[in-house]
Amino acid sequence: MIQAVDYIRVLPEIVLTLFGVAIMMVEGALPPRASRKPLGWLAFVGTLAALAATVYQAGYPGMAFFGMVRVDSFSIFFHFLIAFIAALVVLSSFEYLDAQQIRGGEYYGLILFGAVGMVLMSSAVELVLIFIALEISSISTYVLAGFRRRAPSSIESSIKYFLLGSFATAFFLYGVALIFGATGSTRIYMIAETIQGGKHSAMVFTAVALMFVGIGFKIAAAPFHVWTPDVYEGAPAPVVGLMSTAPKAAAFAVLLRIFFAAATPGWFWPVWISAALSMTLGNISALVQDNVKRLLAYSSIAHAGYLLVAFAAARDIGISAAMFYTAAYALMNVGAFAVVSHFASAGERYVTLEDYAGLGRRSPVLAATLTIFLLSLIGIPITGGFFAKFYVFSAALKSNLVWLVIIAVVNSAIAAYYYLRIIVLMYMRDAREPAPTVQNVSAPLGVALALTVAATIYLGVLPGRVLDYASRGAALLVR
Amino acid sequence: MPQNYVPIFIFIAVVAILIPLTLGIAKLVRPEKPEKAKLMPYECGVDPIGDSRQRYTVRFYIVAILFVIFDVETIFLFPWAVLYKALAWFGFIEMMIFLTILIVGYVWVWKKGALEWI
Repeated sequence: MIQAVDYIRVLPEIVLTLFGVAIMMVEGALPPRASRKPLGWLAFVGTLAALAATVYQAGYPGMAFFGMVRVDSFSIFFHFLIAFIAALVVLSSFEYLDAQQIRGGEYYGLILFGAVGMVLMSSAVELVLIFIALEISSISTYVLAGFRRRAPSSIESSIKYFLLGSFATAFFLYGVALIFGATGSTRIYMIAETIQGGKHSAMVFTAVALMFVGIGFKIAAAPFHVWTPDVYEGAPAPVVGLMSTAPKAAAFAVLLRIFFAAATPGWFWPVWISAALSMTLGNISALVQDNVKRLLAYSSIAHAGYLLVAFAAARDIGISAAMFYTAAYALMNVGAFAVVSHFASAGERYVTLEDYAGLGRRSPVLAATLTIFLLSLIGIPITGGFFAKFYVFSAALKSNLVWLVIIAVVNSAIAAYYYLRIIVLMYMRDAREPAPTVQNVSAPLGVALALTVAATIYLGVLPGRVLDYASRGAALLVR
Repeated sequence: MPQNYVPIFIFIAVVAILIPLTLGIAKLVRPEKPEKAKLMPYECGVDPIGDSRQRYTVRFYIVAILFVIFDVETIFLFPWAVLYKALAWFGFIEMMIFLTILIVGYVWVWKKGALEWI
C-alpha cells in the first residue's frame, strides 16, 4: 500500500502543482485589467518552495508508488536544476511580459505545470509514467511558445512545435509498447533484469531506436533538429530560455535512465552518429545566421551533440560528465536568453546581430553579462562551459572515442567564430543609426542575471562539488 | 505467438464469405420494383435543404474541447465505481483530489468567459 513517505518522494511535483492551480484560480478571480505581477511572484515562491522540497526530499531516497518513482542523487540533481531554471525564467519574465504587453497569469501557471512534468520525468522509472510526464511538460511548452499571440511568428512556432512534438512522442510511445512486448515490463529496473538475462531480440533494438527518435526530438539532436530554429525564433525569448534548457535536461535524464539503468543494447552507433551530426550541422548552420535567437537555436543543437558525446563515452564518467554539462549548459543558456529577452524590447524588435553593434558602449554591464555567457558557451576557462566540455572530452578520450573527440574539438573551434562575432560586434563596432534604445534592467531580471553569472563562474572555478554529486548519481545509475 | 492469431484469420475469412453470400442471396430472392418514393428520406420527415457539409460557427470547437475533457473524466470514474468497496477511503480521497483538479479547470474556464456564447 502507499505510505506517507511516498508523498515526500513526489513533494516537488505536489508543491509545483498546488502553486500552479492557485495561480490559475487567482487569475480567474482578478479583474481583467489588473496587473499580473502578483501571480509572477506567486510562481516564484512556488519554484522556491519546490527547491526547498527537493532539499527536504534528499533525506528520503528510495522507490515510491509501487516502483514507479525513484528518488536518488540522480533525480535530486535534476529536480534541483529544473526548479532553479524555472525560478530564473519566472524572474526574467516580469519585465518581458510588460514590454510585450502580454496579459495572462496563465503564463506563470504553465511554467509551473511544465516544471511538474520535467521534474517527474527525471524521477520516474516507469516508462508509461515517463510518457505522461513528457506530455505534461511538452503541452505546457507548446502553449507557452504561442504566447505572443499578436505575432504570426509566435503562432507559427507554437503550431510547428505542437505538430512535430506530438509526432515525436508517438515514436516514443511506440518504442515503449515494443519494449513492453519484448520484456514484459515497463519498469526500467525490471527491463534491465530481463535484458541482462537473455539475448537481445530485434524487437528490443527497434524499441530502443524508436525511443531515441522520440527523445532525440525533445533534445533537438540531429537529424531530429529541424524544428528548433523556427520554434526558437518565434517563441517568446524567456520561454526559449526555458524550453532550450529544462525540458532538455529532463529528456537527457530519461535517456540516461533508458540507456544505462535499463541497460538497453544497440544505441552506441546511433548516438555516435547523432552526436557527430548534431555538432557539425548545428555549428555550421549557426555560422550564417543573423538573428540572435536562430543563432542560439543552432548553438543549442550543437550543444546537444557535445552532450551525446558523453553518452557514447564509458559508463560512470560519461554519465557524470553529461550531468555536469547539462547543468552548465542550462545556466549559461538561460542567462543568454534573459539578456536577449531584455534587449529585444516591445514586439521583439531588436533580435538581429546588427542590433547588438555598439552595445558594449551603450550599456556596458549588459554587454559584459552576455559576454560571460558567450565565453562560457565557447568553453573558455573560468566559466562553467570550460569544465563541462573538458569532462565530456576527457571521458570520451578515456573510452577511446578518438574520432568523436576530434570532431568535437574541431566543432568547438568553429563555434568560437560565431560566438566571438557577437562579442566583436558589441565592443568593436559603432551602433547603427538610429541606435536601438536599451531600457534599464529591472530588479528581478537583475537578480536572475546575477544568479546565472555567479552560477556559471562558480561551475568554472569550483566544479568539484557539483561534479561529485553528479558522480554519486551516475554511480547509482550504473550499479 | 502466431497461432494466437488463427481465430482472427478464421473470423476474417468467415466475414469475407458470409457478407457477399447473404447479399447475393437477397438480390436473387427479392422482388425488384424501383420507385422514386423509396429513395426519399423517411421517419424523420423533413426533406433536406442543401448539402450537410456547410460552414458552422467556429465557437463549437471550444464546446468540443470541453466535452472531450469531461468525457475522459467519466472514463476514470468507471473503474473507481467498479472497485468502490475494495478501494475504500483511499480510493475515495484520491478520486476527490482528481475531481477537485478538474473542477478547478472548470471554474477557470467559467471565469475566463469561455462558456459565454458571445
